[in-house]
Amino acid sequence: MATAFPTEIGAPAPVRIGPSHGTLNFRLREVWAYRELLYFFVWRDIKVRYKQTAIGLAWAVLQPFLTMLVFSLFFGKLAKLPTNGLPYPLFYYCALLPWGYFATSLQNATNVMVEQQRLITKIYFPRVVLPISAVLSGLVDFAAAFGVLIGLMAYYRIVPGRAALLLPGFLLLAVVTALGFGLWLSALNAIYRDVRYVVPFLIQFWMFASPVAYSTVLVPQRWRWIYGLNPMAGVIEGFRWALTGQGLAPGPLIGASAVAVVLVLLGGLFYFRRTEGRIADVV
Amino acid sequence: MSRGVDLNPAIRVSGLGKRYRIVPRQRYLALRDRIEEILRAPVRLWRKEPSSASERGEIWALREVGFQVQQGEVIGVIGRNGAGKTTLLKILSRVTEPSSGSAEIWGSVRSLLEVGTGFHPELTGRENIFLNGAILGMKRREIQRKFDEIVAFAELPEFLDTPLKHYSSGMQTRLAFAVAAHLEPEILLVDEVLAVGDLAFQKKCMGKMDKVARAGRTIFFVSHQMNQVRRLCSRVLWIDSGMLVMDGATPEVVSAYEKAMSQGELQGQDSERGGGTRFVKWHFAGAGGDENPNRLESLGEVTVRFDLRLDAAVHRGHHGVALFTASRELLWAKAMDGLRLQPGLHTISYTFPCLPLRPGPYFWQVSLWEEGKLLDSWDCLPEMIVSTPNLQHARDEWNGVLNLPCEAVVTEGEGVEVA
Repeated sequence: MATAFPTEIGAPAPVRIGPSHGTLNFRLREVWAYRELLYFFVWRDIKVRYKQTAIGLAWAVLQPFLTMLVFSLFFGKLAKLPTNGLPYPLFYYCALLPWGYFATSLQNATNVMVEQQRLITKIYFPRVVLPISAVLSGLVDFAAAFGVLIGLMAYYRIVPGRAALLLPGFLLLAVVTALGFGLWLSALNAIYRDVRYVVPFLIQFWMFASPVAYSTVLVPQRWRWIYGLNPMAGVIEGFRWALTGQGLAPGPLIGASAVAVVLVLLGGLFYFRRTEGRIADVV
Repeated sequence: MSRGVDLNPAIRVSGLGKRYRIVPRQRYLALRDRIEEILRAPVRLWRKEPSSASERGEIWALREVGFQVQQGEVIGVIGRNGAGKTTLLKILSRVTEPSSGSAEIWGSVRSLLEVGTGFHPELTGRENIFLNGAILGMKRREIQRKFDEIVAFAELPEFLDTPLKHYSSGMQTRLAFAVAAHLEPEILLVDEVLAVGDLAFQKKCMGKMDKVARAGRTIFFVSHQMNQVRRLCSRVLWIDSGMLVMDGATPEVVSAYEKAMSQGELQGQDSERGGGTRFVKWHFAGAGGDENPNRLESLGEVTVRFDLRLDAAVHRGHHGVALFTASRELLWAKAMDGLRLQPGLHTISYTFPCLPLRPGPYFWQVSLWEEGKLLDSWDCLPEMIVSTPNLQHARDEWNGVLNLPCEAVVTEGEGVEVA
């Protein structure tokens, strides 16, 4: 693909188009140049998602809320899984909030290239803008569901400590996790169409591999860092800890998560860039 | 339109090629197939079977295309469907990657491969203007600045806040064009999109394209409508089967193309007509020797003769004759009723005081009916080639079909003071 982005009037250097050779150049500056288009994609996704639904944004809230009720009943009251002293609803909701964001963003990122097939085959823009927009538009749902969390915390009279200042960091970790895996799935699905059917199963399985329905204290200390290679483990424990002060303080688990997610992100960017050239032909 | 053509290059293409792999069995690749392939590879290697990659066909949509476009040129790209014109545009728009060769582009590029790209039916007209504009490459401030002009061009101010799904397709096209017409790139790539909409709107769009061309922008324009190409383009690239067949001034390339297209069309028919009631031949009467029986070289009285062989008598025959341009526009036609003819060889001839036609290929078509039943209809071969002197404007874009001889006289009046 081009090795420089479009020049403006009078500039002498041309844009050069040629077959790409799997360059390691991520061309992030180009993505920055297209940030307005990214904004428009996110804006469009949000507007369209809620234009005609009667419940609108409330749906983004209902899902984690209802799941929380079910979990509280079955894993909490009936199975009596340990929650480090937190009331069940709060314990689950703190996890379901970032988890819901991750699951939705992952599915959206997987589908986005195929859904926007018409755009991709007619207009040029850095294709990576699409999975990024899928991952960012989930943040609006997140914000709505977050409002309910505030309500829950008020109800249970849990006041967040100074740890809450780290919450944006964990949110960032969640976004980067969604983006890292989203890039892989998005490129894979554009080429191999059956990938999108695997994702719901993947997410189901992943949820049980993450401390959503249970606390990490169930995992023996020695294995925690391997467990932490699942970036969502770090995200969820981090959320719980930042919001309620209970649970695992940042340590080897979250460290492992952060490292894992950076590797996934770099790998995802690389794979995406490498297959980008093919995508318009096969999507 | 006189406009200096800049000497700086705008687009330079060399050795450009694009190869597509055809997957024969199914359209989409499935991950499990790929995994299967990977697992089977060692077995295949051991058995020395050909790999599935070579089993798949490959086609070269573009091959070794090279040319250079200067800034300010308006280039037409013509060719049959499937020749590779859209692929070329897609590569220059960076939508797809070339398999070989390279292209260099100086300046901002915007492409119009389709109108209404990115339009979403749930969003309102206003919202879609912003979305479409952003997708086409305009900055938000630019869209805001041009918003009123866009709405005026589309002629639908009352519907701005209605969701697009309530628009008719004509309205959607108008809106799409209105946005696209306000693009101001240095290089504009357009793919056959100007052929939609009603006549009045098409005229408006052509007018806007004209304005864009006059403003000194480089335009790369794929079209099937030769009259559009003649009007807007100074240079034409003819692409066939992925190769650049011809690259030159508009009149030459367009006539060569039209000639080739017409010959290809009529290939199916025999010039030796079979038995039965048939028109067998046509020719000019007494035209400059038999070496050029289908060539018209002088503007004067001309007689065209059609030879008809009848197997059965005709009592209430109806005969029609028509003259078409190479692009199948009807120029003239005439009918004759009440023909009474015995079996045999007959001739129908038409004498014209002159045939003032623009030099190029034309087609006669003749038909014979009896009592509402078609006996024969013939797209005459060979085509008629008019190569009379051109009496029209010196520039090809100002040449119409009528090559009329006329006498132009300027009468000087008395010198008068103009108030």
